[in-house]
Amino acid sequence: MENKVKTENIKSSAMTTTNEIETTVEKKETSRVRMEAKNLTIKYGTNVAVRNLSMPIYNEKVTALVGPSGCGKTTFLRSLNRMHDLTKSAHITGEVLLDGNDIYDPKVNPVTIRRKIGMVFQKPTPFPTMSIYDNVVAGLKLVGIRDRKLLNEVCEIALTQAALFDEVKDRLNAPGGSLSGGQQQRLSIARALAIKPEVILMDEPTSSLDPKSTMKIEDLIVELKKKYSIVIVTHNLAQAARISDYSAFMYLGDLVEYGKTKKMFQNPEDKRTEEYLTGKFG
Amino acid sequence: MKTLRRRQIQDKIMEGLLVVSTITILIPLLIIIAYVVYNGFGALNWSFFTEELGSPARAMQGQPTGLVHTMIGTLVVDFIGLVLAVPVGVGAGIMLSEYPEHKLNPILRIMNDTLNGMPAILKGLLAFALIVKPMGTFSGLAGGVALAFVMIPIIARTTESSLMTIPWSIREAGLAIGLPRWRVVLSTVMPAAKTGLVTGFLIAFARAAGEAAPLMFTSFGNNYLPNHWTGMIFGPVDTLPQRLYSLAISPYAQWHQMGWAAAIVLLSFVIILFVTARLLTRQKNY
Repeated sequence: MENKVKTENIKSSAMTTTNEIETTVEKKETSRVRMEAKNLTIKYGTNVAVRNLSMPIYNEKVTALVGPSGCGKTTFLRSLNRMHDLTKSAHITGEVLLDGNDIYDPKVNPVTIRRKIGMVFQKPTPFPTMSIYDNVVAGLKLVGIRDRKLLNEVCEIALTQAALFDEVKDRLNAPGGSLSGGQQQRLSIARALAIKPEVILMDEPTSSLDPKSTMKIEDLIVELKKKYSIVIVTHNLAQAARISDYSAFMYLGDLVEYGKTKKMFQNPEDKRTEEYLTGKFG
Repeated sequence: MKTLRRRQIQDKIMEGLLVVSTITILIPLLIIIAYVVYNGFGALNWSFFTEELGSPARAMQGQPTGLVHTMIGTLVVDFIGLVLAVPVGVGAGIMLSEYPEHKLNPILRIMNDTLNGMPAILKGLLAFALIVKPMGTFSGLAGGVALAFVMIPIIARTTESSLMTIPWSIREAGLAIGLPRWRVVLSTVMPAAKTGLVTGFLIAFARAAGEAAPLMFTSFGNNYLPNHWTGMIFGPVDTLPQRLYSLAISPYAQWHQMGWAAAIVLLSFVIILFVTARLLTRQKNY
Protein backbone atom coordinates (compact mmCIF):
# COMPACT_ATOMS: atom_id res chain seq x y z
CA MET A 1 0.00 0.00 0.00
CA GLU A 2 2.59 2.47 1.11
CA ASN A 3 4.81 1.51 -1.76
CA LYS A 4 2.18 2.30 -4.30
CA VAL A 5 1.67 5.83 -2.90
CA LYS A 6 5.38 6.43 -3.08
CA THR A 7 5.57 5.38 -6.68
CA GLU A 8 2.72 7.67 -7.56
CA ASN A 9 4.44 10.52 -5.78
CA ILE A 10 7.57 9.93 -7.74
CA LYS A 11 5.56 9.71 -10.92
CA SER A 12 3.77 12.99 -10.31
CA SER A 13 6.94 14.82 -9.35
CA ALA A 14 8.56 13.53 -12.48
CA MET A 15 5.61 14.84 -14.48
CA THR A 16 5.91 18.27 -12.86
CA THR A 17 9.51 18.41 -13.90
CA THR A 18 8.65 17.58 -17.48
CA ASN A 19 5.94 20.19 -17.41
CA GLU A 20 8.35 22.77 -16.12
CA ILE A 21 10.85 21.92 -18.80
CA GLU A 22 8.15 22.20 -21.39
CA THR A 23 7.12 25.60 -20.10
CA THR A 24 10.65 26.93 -20.19
CA VAL A 25 11.10 25.66 -23.70
CA GLU A 26 7.83 27.28 -24.65
CA LYS A 27 8.90 30.56 -23.03
CA LYS A 28 12.18 30.66 -24.87
CA GLU A 29 10.40 30.17 -28.11
CA THR A 30 7.67 32.74 -27.63
CA SER A 31 9.86 35.45 -26.05
CA ARG A 32 8.22 38.17 -24.05
CA VAL A 33 5.01 40.05 -24.63
CA ARG A 34 5.75 43.54 -25.89
CA MET A 35 2.24 44.82 -26.43
CA GLU A 36 -1.11 43.47 -25.50
CA ALA A 37 -4.67 44.35 -26.39
CA LYS A 38 -7.18 43.65 -23.66
CA ASN A 39 -10.91 43.62 -24.31
CA LEU A 40 -10.43 46.24 -26.97
CA THR A 41 -13.59 47.56 -28.62
CA ILE A 42 -13.47 50.29 -31.24
CA LYS A 43 -16.58 52.02 -32.51
CA TYR A 44 -17.11 54.59 -35.23
CA GLY A 45 -20.24 56.29 -33.97
CA THR A 46 -22.54 53.35 -33.35
CA ASN A 47 -20.76 51.10 -35.80
CA VAL A 48 -18.57 48.52 -34.06
CA ALA A 49 -15.36 48.01 -36.03
CA VAL A 50 -13.46 45.87 -33.51
CA ARG A 51 -15.25 43.83 -30.88
CA ASN A 52 -13.76 42.84 -27.54
CA LEU A 53 -10.40 41.89 -28.95
CA SER A 54 -7.59 40.51 -26.78
CA MET A 55 -4.25 39.35 -28.09
CA PRO A 56 -0.54 39.66 -27.33
CA ILE A 57 2.18 41.04 -29.58
CA TYR A 58 5.50 39.36 -28.97
CA ASN A 59 8.85 41.04 -28.91
CA GLU A 60 11.11 40.57 -31.93
CA LYS A 61 8.43 38.71 -33.82
CA VAL A 62 6.28 39.53 -36.81
CA THR A 63 2.58 39.42 -36.11
CA ALA A 64 0.32 39.44 -39.17
CA LEU A 65 -3.27 40.63 -39.13
CA VAL A 66 -5.28 39.00 -41.87
CA GLY A 67 -8.91 38.93 -42.84
CA PRO A 68 -11.31 40.14 -45.53
CA SER A 69 -11.82 43.85 -46.25
CA GLY A 70 -13.72 45.65 -43.54
CA CYS A 71 -12.88 43.10 -40.85
CA GLY A 72 -11.32 45.74 -38.62
CA LYS A 73 -7.66 44.83 -38.98
CA THR A 74 -6.53 48.30 -40.01
CA THR A 75 -8.72 49.84 -37.33
CA PHE A 76 -7.07 47.60 -34.77
CA LEU A 77 -3.60 48.39 -36.08
CA ARG A 78 -4.22 52.13 -35.91
CA SER A 79 -5.41 51.82 -32.33
CA LEU A 80 -1.99 50.48 -31.37
CA ASN A 81 -0.36 53.89 -31.64
CA ARG A 82 -3.39 56.06 -31.01
CA MET A 83 -3.88 57.11 -34.61
CA HIS A 84 -7.61 57.27 -33.96
CA ASP A 85 -7.18 60.22 -31.65
CA LEU A 86 -7.93 62.64 -34.47
CA THR A 87 -10.98 60.76 -35.69
CA LYS A 88 -13.82 62.45 -33.92
CA SER A 89 -16.28 59.58 -34.26
CA ALA A 90 -13.88 56.88 -33.10
CA HIS A 91 -14.51 55.60 -29.61
CA ILE A 92 -12.24 53.13 -27.89
CA THR A 93 -12.79 51.02 -24.78
CA GLY A 94 -10.51 48.42 -23.25
CA GLU A 95 -6.76 48.57 -22.92
CA VAL A 96 -3.71 48.52 -25.13
CA LEU A 97 -0.63 47.76 -23.09
CA LEU A 98 2.93 48.58 -24.03
CA ASP A 99 5.30 46.85 -21.64
CA GLY A 100 2.41 46.55 -19.20
CA ASN A 101 1.33 50.20 -19.30
CA ASP A 102 -1.94 51.28 -20.88
CA ILE A 103 -1.23 53.66 -23.76
CA TYR A 104 -4.77 55.03 -23.45
CA ASP A 105 -4.15 56.16 -19.90
CA PRO A 106 -5.25 59.83 -19.79
CA LYS A 107 -1.87 60.76 -18.32
CA VAL A 108 -0.05 59.35 -21.35
CA ASN A 109 0.83 61.76 -24.15
CA PRO A 110 0.07 60.21 -27.56
CA VAL A 111 3.16 61.87 -29.00
CA THR A 112 5.47 59.88 -26.70
CA ILE A 113 3.56 56.72 -27.58
CA ARG A 114 4.05 57.33 -31.29
CA ARG A 115 7.76 57.78 -30.81
CA LYS A 116 7.89 54.27 -29.35
CA ILE A 117 5.45 52.74 -31.79
CA GLY A 118 6.19 53.74 -35.36
CA MET A 119 3.94 53.26 -38.35
CA VAL A 120 4.28 52.69 -42.08
CA PHE A 121 1.25 53.27 -44.25
CA GLN A 122 -0.28 51.59 -47.23
CA LYS A 123 0.80 54.32 -49.60
CA PRO A 124 4.31 55.71 -49.41
CA THR A 125 4.09 59.13 -47.78
CA PRO A 126 7.30 61.08 -48.20
CA PHE A 127 6.86 64.69 -47.07
CA PRO A 128 6.46 66.40 -50.43
CA THR A 129 8.59 69.47 -49.83
CA MET A 130 11.50 67.72 -48.14
CA SER A 131 14.67 66.13 -49.44
CA ILE A 132 15.42 62.45 -48.91
CA TYR A 133 17.72 63.40 -46.04
CA ASP A 134 15.19 65.70 -44.39
CA ASN A 135 12.50 63.06 -44.75
CA VAL A 136 14.55 60.50 -42.88
CA VAL A 137 15.55 62.78 -40.02
CA ALA A 138 12.23 64.67 -39.88
CA GLY A 139 11.27 62.98 -36.63
CA LEU A 140 14.43 64.28 -34.98
CA LYS A 141 15.04 67.59 -36.73
CA LEU A 142 11.51 68.85 -36.27
CA VAL A 143 11.58 68.32 -32.54
CA GLY A 144 14.67 70.47 -32.23
CA ILE A 145 17.65 68.14 -32.67
CA ARG A 146 20.20 70.20 -34.60
CA ASP A 147 23.39 68.20 -34.10
CA ARG A 148 24.46 67.72 -37.69
CA LYS A 149 26.80 64.85 -36.92
CA LEU A 150 24.15 62.91 -35.06
CA LEU A 151 21.57 63.54 -37.79
CA ASN A 152 23.98 62.38 -40.50
CA GLU A 153 24.68 59.25 -38.53
CA VAL A 154 21.01 58.48 -37.89
CA CYS A 155 20.20 59.13 -41.53
CA GLU A 156 22.80 56.67 -42.75
CA ILE A 157 21.89 53.98 -40.25
CA ALA A 158 18.16 54.27 -40.92
CA LEU A 159 18.61 54.23 -44.69
CA THR A 160 20.93 51.26 -44.41
CA GLN A 161 18.46 49.39 -42.23
CA ALA A 162 15.76 50.14 -44.78
CA ALA A 163 18.04 48.80 -47.53
CA LEU A 164 17.91 52.10 -49.37
CA PHE A 165 21.22 53.73 -48.54
CA ASP A 166 23.21 52.43 -51.51
CA GLU A 167 20.55 53.56 -53.93
CA VAL A 168 20.29 57.13 -52.66
CA LYS A 169 23.58 57.94 -50.96
CA ASP A 170 24.68 60.19 -53.82
CA ARG A 171 21.52 62.22 -53.92
CA LEU A 172 20.37 62.70 -50.36
CA ASN A 173 19.34 66.25 -51.18
CA ALA A 174 17.01 65.24 -53.98
CA PRO A 175 13.30 65.57 -53.18
CA GLY A 176 11.75 62.52 -51.50
CA GLY A 177 9.06 62.50 -54.17
CA SER A 178 11.64 61.86 -56.89
CA LEU A 179 12.11 58.25 -55.80
CA SER A 180 10.22 55.28 -57.25
CA GLY A 181 7.22 53.90 -55.36
CA GLY A 182 9.19 51.06 -53.80
CA GLN A 183 12.00 53.40 -52.82
CA GLN A 184 9.52 55.86 -51.35
CA GLN A 185 8.07 53.10 -49.22
CA ARG A 186 11.51 52.13 -47.97
CA LEU A 187 12.11 55.84 -47.32
CA SER A 188 8.95 55.85 -45.20
CA ILE A 189 10.30 52.84 -43.33
CA ALA A 190 13.67 54.56 -42.83
CA ARG A 191 11.85 57.60 -41.50
CA ALA A 192 9.99 55.41 -39.03
CA LEU A 193 13.23 53.70 -37.97
CA ALA A 194 15.13 56.96 -37.50
CA ILE A 195 13.30 57.75 -34.28
CA LYS A 196 14.30 54.32 -32.90
CA PRO A 197 10.87 52.95 -32.10
CA GLU A 198 10.30 49.70 -30.26
CA VAL A 199 7.35 48.48 -32.26
CA ILE A 200 6.65 49.07 -35.94
CA LEU A 201 3.14 48.93 -37.32
CA MET A 202 2.73 48.35 -41.04
CA ASP A 203 -0.55 48.82 -42.84
CA GLU A 204 -0.37 46.80 -46.06
CA PRO A 205 3.07 48.22 -46.79
CA THR A 206 3.46 46.41 -50.10
CA SER A 207 -0.04 46.67 -51.54
CA SER A 208 0.91 49.49 -53.89
CA LEU A 209 4.24 48.03 -54.93
CA ASP A 210 5.47 45.79 -57.73
CA PRO A 211 6.69 42.24 -56.91
CA LYS A 212 10.36 43.20 -56.88
CA SER A 213 9.88 46.04 -54.41
CA THR A 214 7.55 43.82 -52.39
CA MET A 215 10.29 41.23 -52.09
CA LYS A 216 12.74 43.86 -50.89
CA ILE A 217 10.34 45.06 -48.23
CA GLU A 218 9.60 41.51 -47.10
CA ASP A 219 13.31 40.77 -46.75
CA LEU A 220 13.59 43.97 -44.82
CA ILE A 221 10.81 42.99 -42.42
CA VAL A 222 12.48 39.67 -41.71
CA GLU A 223 15.73 41.54 -41.06
CA LEU A 224 14.05 44.16 -38.87
CA LYS A 225 12.36 41.69 -36.57
CA LYS A 226 15.73 40.88 -35.04
CA LYS A 227 15.48 44.23 -33.29
CA TYR A 228 11.87 45.31 -33.40
CA SER A 229 8.42 43.94 -32.87
CA ILE A 230 6.44 44.21 -36.06
CA VAL A 231 2.71 44.13 -36.62
CA ILE A 232 1.67 43.98 -40.24
CA VAL A 233 -1.73 44.14 -41.86
CA THR A 234 -1.79 42.29 -45.11
CA HIS A 235 -4.26 41.15 -47.72
CA ASN A 236 -1.71 38.84 -49.14
CA LEU A 237 -1.98 35.49 -47.35
CA ALA A 238 1.16 34.17 -48.96
CA GLN A 239 2.99 37.16 -47.59
CA ALA A 240 1.65 36.54 -44.09
CA ALA A 241 2.76 32.92 -44.35
CA ARG A 242 6.21 33.92 -45.60
CA ILE A 243 7.17 36.55 -43.09
CA SER A 244 5.07 36.30 -39.94
CA ASP A 245 5.62 34.29 -36.78
CA TYR A 246 2.15 34.84 -35.40
CA SER A 247 -1.09 35.48 -37.19
CA ALA A 248 -4.44 36.84 -36.19
CA PHE A 249 -7.46 36.20 -38.36
CA MET A 250 -10.18 38.79 -37.99
CA TYR A 251 -13.66 38.66 -39.37
CA LEU A 252 -16.43 41.27 -39.04
CA GLY A 253 -14.69 42.95 -36.12
CA ASP A 254 -14.00 39.78 -34.19
CA LEU A 255 -10.70 38.11 -33.60
CA VAL A 256 -11.56 34.63 -34.82
CA GLU A 257 -8.26 32.94 -34.36
CA TYR A 258 -4.82 33.82 -33.13
CA GLY A 259 -1.74 31.66 -32.98
CA LYS A 260 1.50 30.67 -34.57
CA THR A 261 1.38 31.32 -38.29
CA LYS A 262 2.61 27.86 -39.19
CA LYS A 263 -0.04 26.18 -37.14
CA MET A 264 -2.82 28.46 -38.24
CA PHE A 265 -2.07 28.09 -41.92
CA GLN A 266 -1.66 24.32 -41.76
CA ASN A 267 -4.24 23.43 -39.24
CA PRO A 268 -6.71 26.22 -38.44
CA GLU A 269 -9.01 25.65 -35.49
CA ASP A 270 -11.95 27.70 -36.62
CA LYS A 271 -13.99 26.80 -39.66
CA ARG A 272 -14.13 30.46 -40.80
CA THR A 273 -10.34 30.68 -40.74
CA GLU A 274 -10.08 27.55 -42.80
CA GLU A 275 -12.59 28.82 -45.32
CA TYR A 276 -10.84 32.14 -45.63
CA LEU A 277 -7.42 30.60 -45.96
CA THR A 278 -8.61 28.20 -48.62
CA GLY A 279 -10.19 31.03 -50.57
CA LYS A 280 -13.85 30.19 -49.98
CA PHE A 281 -14.56 33.87 -49.17
CA GLY A 282 -12.79 37.17 -48.67
CA MET B 1 -33.61 59.92 -86.10
CA LYS B 2 -35.93 62.77 -85.32
CA THR B 3 -35.16 62.63 -81.60
CA LEU B 4 -31.45 62.57 -82.27
CA ARG B 5 -31.78 65.73 -84.29
CA ARG B 6 -33.83 67.29 -81.54
CA ARG B 7 -31.22 66.47 -78.96
CA GLN B 8 -28.52 67.94 -81.15
CA ILE B 9 -30.52 71.16 -81.44
CA GLN B 10 -31.12 71.22 -77.68
CA ASP B 11 -27.42 70.80 -77.15
CA LYS B 12 -26.66 73.72 -79.44
CA ILE B 13 -29.22 75.91 -77.65
CA MET B 14 -27.74 75.13 -74.26
CA GLU B 15 -24.27 75.85 -75.52
CA GLY B 16 -25.53 79.13 -76.97
CA LEU B 17 -26.97 80.13 -73.59
CA LEU B 18 -23.64 79.45 -71.93
CA VAL B 19 -21.86 81.59 -74.50
CA VAL B 20 -24.37 84.38 -73.82
CA SER B 21 -23.69 84.29 -70.08
CA THR B 22 -19.96 84.29 -70.67
CA ILE B 23 -20.28 87.34 -72.90
CA THR B 24 -22.49 89.03 -70.29
CA ILE B 25 -19.59 88.76 -67.89
CA LEU B 26 -16.89 89.76 -70.33
CA ILE B 27 -18.57 92.74 -72.02
CA PRO B 28 -19.04 94.98 -68.94
CA LEU B 29 -15.49 94.25 -67.85
CA LEU B 30 -14.09 95.19 -71.23
CA ILE B 31 -16.34 98.27 -71.39
CA ILE B 32 -15.15 99.41 -67.97
CA ILE B 33 -11.50 98.95 -68.88
CA ALA B 34 -11.89 100.66 -72.26
CA TYR B 35 -13.93 103.55 -70.87
CA VAL B 36 -11.58 104.15 -67.94
CA VAL B 37 -8.52 104.11 -70.16
CA TYR B 38 -10.20 106.35 -72.75
CA ASN B 39 -11.12 109.00 -70.18
CA GLY B 40 -8.09 108.86 -67.95
CA PHE B 41 -5.21 108.23 -70.27
CA GLY B 42 -4.77 111.95 -70.95
CA ALA B 43 -4.06 112.69 -67.30
CA LEU B 44 -1.36 110.04 -67.02
CA ASN B 45 1.81 112.03 -67.24
CA TRP B 46 5.08 112.15 -65.35
CA SER B 47 3.86 114.53 -62.66
CA PHE B 48 0.85 112.30 -62.01
CA PHE B 49 3.27 109.77 -60.55
CA THR B 50 5.63 112.24 -58.85
CA GLU B 51 3.58 115.14 -57.46
CA GLU B 52 1.09 115.41 -54.63
CA LEU B 53 -2.42 116.65 -55.32
CA GLY B 54 -2.52 119.90 -53.33
CA SER B 55 -5.40 122.33 -53.64
CA PRO B 56 -7.77 122.38 -56.62
CA ALA B 57 -6.13 125.61 -57.72
CA ARG B 58 -3.03 123.73 -58.79
CA ALA B 59 -4.88 121.64 -61.29
CA MET B 60 -6.96 124.53 -62.55
CA GLN B 61 -3.90 126.75 -63.08
CA GLY B 62 -2.13 123.95 -64.87
CA GLN B 63 0.55 123.56 -62.21
CA PRO B 64 2.09 120.09 -61.83
CA THR B 65 -0.13 117.91 -59.70
CA GLY B 66 -0.46 114.19 -59.18
CA LEU B 67 -1.37 111.34 -56.90
CA VAL B 68 1.97 110.07 -55.69
CA HIS B 69 0.85 110.46 -52.07
CA THR B 70 -2.25 108.42 -52.89
CA MET B 71 -0.30 105.57 -54.43
CA ILE B 72 2.17 105.42 -51.57
CA GLY B 73 -0.72 105.72 -49.11
CA THR B 74 -2.55 102.84 -50.77
CA LEU B 75 0.50 100.60 -50.50
CA VAL B 76 1.10 101.58 -46.87
CA VAL B 77 -2.50 101.09 -45.74
CA ASP B 78 -2.92 97.85 -47.71
CA PHE B 79 0.33 96.49 -46.32
CA ILE B 80 -0.63 97.33 -42.75
CA GLY B 81 -3.87 95.47 -43.42
CA LEU B 82 -2.03 92.48 -44.90
CA VAL B 83 0.49 92.27 -42.07
CA LEU B 84 -2.31 92.31 -39.52
CA ALA B 85 -4.59 89.97 -41.46
CA VAL B 86 -2.16 87.22 -42.47
CA PRO B 87 -1.39 85.81 -38.99
CA VAL B 88 -5.00 85.98 -37.87
CA GLY B 89 -6.42 84.72 -41.16
CA VAL B 90 -3.90 81.88 -41.43
CA GLY B 91 -4.53 80.92 -37.81
CA ALA B 92 -8.26 80.80 -38.43
CA GLY B 93 -7.70 78.85 -41.64
CA ILE B 94 -5.60 76.28 -39.78
CA MET B 95 -8.33 75.92 -37.18
CA LEU B 96 -10.92 75.40 -39.92
CA SER B 97 -8.90 72.82 -41.80
CA GLU B 98 -6.77 71.02 -39.23
CA TYR B 99 -8.89 70.95 -36.10
CA PRO B 100 -12.29 69.78 -37.33
CA GLU B 101 -13.06 68.22 -33.94
CA HIS B 102 -12.37 71.42 -31.98
CA LYS B 103 -15.46 72.92 -30.41
CA LEU B 104 -14.61 76.40 -31.70
CA ASN B 105 -14.47 75.11 -35.28
CA PRO B 106 -18.19 75.30 -36.20
CA ILE B 107 -18.56 78.67 -34.48
CA LEU B 108 -15.55 80.02 -36.32
CA ARG B 109 -16.93 78.79 -39.64
CA ILE B 110 -20.22 80.65 -39.18
CA MET B 111 -18.55 83.77 -37.83
CA ASN B 112 -16.01 83.85 -40.62
CA ASP B 113 -18.70 83.57 -43.29
CA THR B 114 -20.67 86.31 -41.56
CA LEU B 115 -17.63 88.55 -41.40
CA ASN B 116 -16.99 87.89 -45.06
CA GLY B 117 -20.50 88.90 -46.01
CA MET B 118 -20.66 91.91 -43.72
CA PRO B 119 -20.74 95.30 -45.49
CA ALA B 120 -17.22 96.70 -45.58
CA ILE B 121 -18.37 100.06 -44.27
CA LEU B 122 -19.24 98.40 -40.96
CA LYS B 123 -15.66 97.16 -40.72
CA GLY B 124 -14.65 100.80 -41.14
CA LEU B 125 -16.94 101.70 -38.26
CA LEU B 126 -15.35 99.00 -36.13
CA ALA B 127 -11.86 100.30 -36.89
CA PHE B 128 -13.11 103.82 -36.18
CA ALA B 129 -14.27 102.73 -32.74
CA LEU B 130 -11.16 100.65 -32.05
CA ILE B 131 -8.41 102.95 -33.33
CA VAL B 132 -9.60 106.40 -34.44
CA LYS B 133 -11.59 107.21 -31.29
CA PRO B 134 -8.92 106.22 -28.75
CA MET B 135 -6.09 107.79 -30.76
CA GLY B 136 -8.07 110.91 -31.50
CA THR B 137 -7.03 111.05 -35.13
CA PHE B 138 -7.68 109.45 -38.49
CA SER B 139 -4.72 107.33 -39.48
CA GLY B 140 -3.22 104.91 -41.94
CA LEU B 141 -3.14 102.41 -39.09
CA ALA B 142 -6.90 102.67 -38.63
CA GLY B 143 -7.35 102.21 -42.38
CA GLY B 144 -5.09 99.17 -42.23
CA VAL B 145 -7.11 97.68 -39.39
CA ALA B 146 -10.34 98.23 -41.34
CA LEU B 147 -8.84 96.52 -44.39
CA ALA B 148 -7.53 93.71 -42.21
CA PHE B 149 -11.14 92.94 -41.31
CA VAL B 150 -11.86 92.74 -45.03
CA MET B 151 -8.91 90.42 -45.64
CA ILE B 152 -9.14 88.10 -42.63
CA PRO B 153 -12.20 86.09 -43.69
CA ILE B 154 -10.86 85.77 -47.23
CA ILE B 155 -7.44 84.58 -46.03
CA ALA B 156 -9.08 82.19 -43.57
CA ARG B 157 -11.09 80.58 -46.38
CA THR B 158 -8.27 80.41 -48.90
CA THR B 159 -5.92 79.03 -46.24
CA GLU B 160 -8.47 76.40 -45.30
CA SER B 161 -9.03 75.31 -48.87
CA SER B 162 -5.35 75.18 -49.76
CA LEU B 163 -4.53 73.14 -46.64
CA MET B 164 -7.39 70.80 -47.47
CA THR B 165 -5.81 69.97 -50.82
CA ILE B 166 -2.88 68.33 -49.01
CA PRO B 167 -3.63 64.63 -48.54
CA TRP B 168 -4.57 63.58 -45.01
CA SER B 169 -1.92 60.86 -45.20
CA ILE B 170 0.82 63.50 -44.96
CA ARG B 171 -0.51 64.54 -41.56
CA GLU B 172 -0.75 60.94 -40.38
CA ALA B 173 2.80 60.29 -41.53
CA GLY B 174 3.92 63.26 -39.46
CA LEU B 175 1.99 62.14 -36.40
CA ALA B 176 3.28 58.59 -36.79
CA ILE B 177 6.87 59.73 -36.30
CA GLY B 178 5.86 61.31 -33.03
CA LEU B 179 5.58 64.92 -34.08
CA PRO B 180 3.18 67.13 -32.14
CA ARG B 181 0.19 68.29 -34.12
CA TRP B 182 1.18 71.93 -34.53
CA ARG B 183 4.57 70.82 -35.82
CA VAL B 184 2.97 68.56 -38.39
CA VAL B 185 0.87 71.45 -39.69
CA LEU B 186 3.71 73.93 -39.66
CA SER B 187 6.49 71.81 -41.12
CA THR B 188 4.82 69.30 -43.39
CA VAL B 189 1.36 70.54 -44.41
CA MET B 190 1.97 74.27 -44.77
CA PRO B 191 5.13 74.03 -46.88
CA ALA B 192 3.28 71.71 -49.23
CA ALA B 193 0.43 74.23 -49.49
CA LYS B 194 2.73 77.22 -49.89
CA THR B 195 1.62 78.46 -53.30
CA GLY B 196 -2.03 78.16 -52.37
CA LEU B 197 -1.45 80.16 -49.23
CA VAL B 198 0.39 82.96 -51.02
CA THR B 199 -2.28 83.07 -53.72
CA GLY B 200 -4.87 83.53 -50.99
CA PHE B 201 -2.94 86.48 -49.56
CA LEU B 202 -2.80 88.09 -52.99
CA ILE B 203 -6.51 87.63 -53.59
CA ALA B 204 -7.35 89.12 -50.20
CA PHE B 205 -4.92 91.96 -50.84
CA ALA B 206 -6.45 92.73 -54.22
CA ARG B 207 -9.96 92.63 -52.79
CA ALA B 208 -9.07 95.03 -49.99
CA ALA B 209 -7.13 97.32 -52.33
CA GLY B 210 -10.37 98.15 -54.11
CA GLU B 211 -12.32 99.05 -50.98
CA ALA B 212 -13.24 102.69 -50.43
CA ALA B 213 -16.01 102.50 -47.85
CA PRO B 214 -14.04 101.22 -44.83
CA LEU B 215 -11.40 103.90 -45.37
CA MET B 216 -13.69 106.94 -45.34
CA PHE B 217 -13.62 107.41 -41.61
CA THR B 218 -10.41 105.56 -40.82
CA SER B 219 -7.56 106.67 -43.09
CA PHE B 220 -9.82 109.59 -44.09
CA GLY B 221 -7.84 110.96 -47.03
CA ASN B 222 -5.23 113.65 -47.53
CA ASN B 223 -4.30 116.01 -50.34
CA TYR B 224 -0.65 116.10 -49.36
CA LEU B 225 2.28 113.88 -48.53
CA PRO B 226 2.94 113.98 -44.80
CA ASN B 227 6.14 115.74 -43.74
CA HIS B 228 7.51 112.62 -42.15
CA TRP B 229 6.93 109.00 -43.13
CA THR B 230 5.38 108.22 -39.74
CA GLY B 231 2.54 110.51 -40.83
CA MET B 232 1.54 107.73 -43.24
CA ILE B 233 0.83 105.45 -40.28
CA PHE B 234 -0.32 107.82 -37.56
CA GLY B 235 -1.92 110.57 -39.60
CA PRO B 236 -4.66 110.78 -42.23
CA VAL B 237 -3.62 109.06 -45.45
CA ASP B 238 -4.89 109.08 -49.00
CA THR B 239 -5.85 105.88 -50.81
CA LEU B 240 -6.73 105.24 -54.45
CA PRO B 241 -10.35 104.02 -54.19
CA GLN B 242 -11.28 106.80 -51.86
CA ARG B 243 -9.42 109.47 -53.82
CA LEU B 244 -11.10 108.23 -56.97
CA TYR B 245 -14.44 108.87 -55.32
CA SER B 246 -13.58 112.33 -54.02
CA LEU B 247 -12.09 113.39 -57.35
CA ALA B 248 -15.16 112.16 -59.16
CA ILE B 249 -17.60 114.15 -57.02
CA SER B 250 -15.46 117.31 -57.11
CA PRO B 251 -16.63 120.22 -59.27
CA TYR B 252 -13.40 120.49 -61.26
CA ALA B 253 -13.05 119.05 -64.76
CA GLN B 254 -9.28 118.58 -64.31
CA TRP B 255 -9.89 116.53 -61.21
CA HIS B 256 -12.46 114.42 -63.01
CA GLN B 257 -9.83 113.43 -65.51
CA MET B 258 -7.37 112.69 -62.71
CA GLY B 259 -10.06 110.51 -61.16
CA TRP B 260 -10.18 108.44 -64.35
CA ALA B 261 -6.41 108.18 -64.28
CA ALA B 262 -6.56 107.05 -60.66
CA ALA B 263 -8.99 104.38 -61.79
CA ILE B 264 -6.49 103.17 -64.40
CA VAL B 265 -3.81 102.86 -61.75
CA LEU B 266 -6.10 101.07 -59.30
CA LEU B 267 -7.39 98.74 -62.01
CA SER B 268 -3.88 97.87 -63.18
CA PHE B 269 -2.76 97.26 -59.61
CA VAL B 270 -5.64 94.88 -58.90
CA ILE B 271 -5.38 93.11 -62.25
CA ILE B 272 -1.65 92.57 -61.78
CA LEU B 273 -2.31 91.08 -58.33
CA PHE B 274 -5.00 88.73 -59.63
CA VAL B 275 -2.94 87.63 -62.60
CA THR B 276 0.05 86.93 -60.34
CA ALA B 277 -2.20 84.91 -58.07
CA ARG B 278 -3.44 82.97 -61.08
CA LEU B 279 0.04 82.27 -62.37
CA LEU B 280 1.11 81.08 -58.93
CA THR B 281 -1.73 78.59 -58.63
CA ARG B 282 -1.02 77.23 -62.06
CA GLN B 283 2.42 75.88 -61.25
CA LYS B 284 1.75 72.96 -58.97
CA ASN B 285 4.54 72.22 -56.57
CA TYR B 286 4.11 68.45 -56.55
